[in-house]
Amino acid sequence: MAQTLAQKLVARAAGRATVTPGEIVTCQVDLAMMHDSGGPRRVRPMLQRLGAKVWDPEKVVVITDHYLPADDDESRRIIATAREWVAEAGVRRFYDGIGICHVVLPEQGHLKPGMFVVGGDSHSPTGGAFGAYMFGIGATEMLGVLVTGEIWLKVPHTILMEWDGAFADGVAAKDVMLFLCGRFGMDGGEYQAVQYDGSAIARLPMQERMTLGNMTAELGGQVGLIAPDSVTRDYLASVGVAEVDCDTWQSDPDAPLLAHHRFDAGALPPQVAAPHSPANSGPADAFGDTRIDIAYIGACTGAKLADLRMAARILKGKRVADTVRLMVGPASLHDQETARAEGTLGSLLDAGAELLPTACGACAGYGSYRFGENEVAIASTARNFKGRMGVASSQVYLGSPYTVAASAVAGRICDPREMLP
Amino acid sequence: MTGRAWVFGDNLDTDVLAPGQYMKLGIEEIAQHCLELVDPAFASGVRAGDVVAGGRNFGMGSSREQAPAALKHLGVAAVIAQSFAGLFYRNCFNVGLVALVCPQAGRIRAGDSVRVDAEAGRIENTTSGEVLACESIPPHLMAVVRDGGLLAHLEQRLARERQGL
Repeated sequence: MAQTLAQKLVARAAGRATVTPGEIVTCQVDLAMMHDSGGPRRVRPMLQRLGAKVWDPEKVVVITDHYLPADDDESRRIIATAREWVAEAGVRRFYDGIGICHVVLPEQGHLKPGMFVVGGDSHSPTGGAFGAYMFGIGATEMLGVLVTGEIWLKVPHTILMEWDGAFADGVAAKDVMLFLCGRFGMDGGEYQAVQYDGSAIARLPMQERMTLGNMTAELGGQVGLIAPDSVTRDYLASVGVAEVDCDTWQSDPDAPLLAHHRFDAGALPPQVAAPHSPANSGPADAFGDTRIDIAYIGACTGAKLADLRMAARILKGKRVADTVRLMVGPASLHDQETARAEGTLGSLLDAGAELLPTACGACAGYGSYRFGENEVAIASTARNFKGRMGVASSQVYLGSPYTVAASAVAGRICDPREMLP
Repeated sequence: MTGRAWVFGDNLDTDVLAPGQYMKLGIEEIAQHCLELVDPAFASGVRAGDVVAGGRNFGMGSSREQAPAALKHLGVAAVIAQSFAGLFYRNCFNVGLVALVCPQAGRIRAGDSVRVDAEAGRIENTTSGEVLACESIPPHLMAVVRDGGLLAHLEQRLARERQGL
């Protein structure tokens, strides 16, 4: 029976030769990732109540990112709890303050094709970029994984998004996802497997592919998969992951699909999503009358090294408009320091950017850097729900790092292709 | 169980159910701000046994299970929607809250008196007299919610294992 990549990944985790979309199976978890918010502070008291231990501490990764900087007592307690718990649970894979979980996890070599991974965060589909079945769960379900090492799953159908040709200069993976959210809605993924394929996707570097996986959360898919290839293999080699099996983790050509959508990559203009939904998207040049107060390059979606480079291409040798506050919160310390060494960070700072900690920052809306009354922002982050990143009257537009950077210079939302060097 | 209906639209997100700036606090505090951005009267007005009805993609957004937990804490007996965001749907059962997929959820009006039979997958609107059919809840999730959520479910499972049953 012909199987999609998603079916093959689930079948392996379920100990089966094949699985059928719609059936409910129990899967063995290869890796469980938690952050400080949904992780130790929530699971620790529940484990204590159960008198249970972690099934396999070697398969657990904990990363602090939401409550950093810890600038109040509650935040400090949450971070302290994470530090105490990893020690008492015997979790050695603990990354404290070095970046956002979805970026740190692959950067530290914990993902590879074929794995079945759960993450305690909705943007966990980021891991699908590596050909791993990775999806988000809540804290109590994470408790279940920690105690049993397994989780139930309804085998998904696959929706194939095929992008052929080549994206125009100044168009990024973020534009693809804003376009897809606008086209199909925020439940377009139907909590099934969304797979990205085609010649334009094959040319995308790993961190751009991660943006596709990441925003599959906004598209409403359970996972956002990209079949592994030489790009995957090269990235993983650079982070010390050997023996990468690309051949097994491909869809069979005749595997049945729920839907197969084809797009011409070259026809996609830069996209902007208006408040208060990533699905309110349209071509960036349609928003030219919108003046902005804040431009924000941040979060797992929009501040990886690839994203910082896009912004720097626009900002090098320019200054942001006097009326605009440009905030840059690199997604990881590794990406920040690489950007510093190669001059990318310098281009951003010279243009007037304010450097934020390598954490979730304003995107999570958990405390730090929330936007104020009537402030208008454009952000490279994933979601702009009303009141998420600031007070209810703040207005957040979404765009690619190119678009955010160009808008920072113009003081209004603009198509970044006007400013490409 | 019978309760009054609180009705919301499509794409109700987890950020309005459990606002980010309160996420560092306990569920008691978070629940006081549940849905305040879309209905400031909700948290103080909702009573034990009331139900929440929505349109498509109810609970989209975050993995934060405080979103359904806040509803549960306020006494909401069930969430009824045309469709749910998948992560939120899983979280509902994990925290012990019944989530019912009801294609005709839009026929429920704010303040209607609604009787929910989760096991039978049936909603009776005693105000309008209508009976609405729901998709059946998978048995393994019904077992979790019957135990009061995944934590209590695991507690019972571990107790049985320790007794060698």
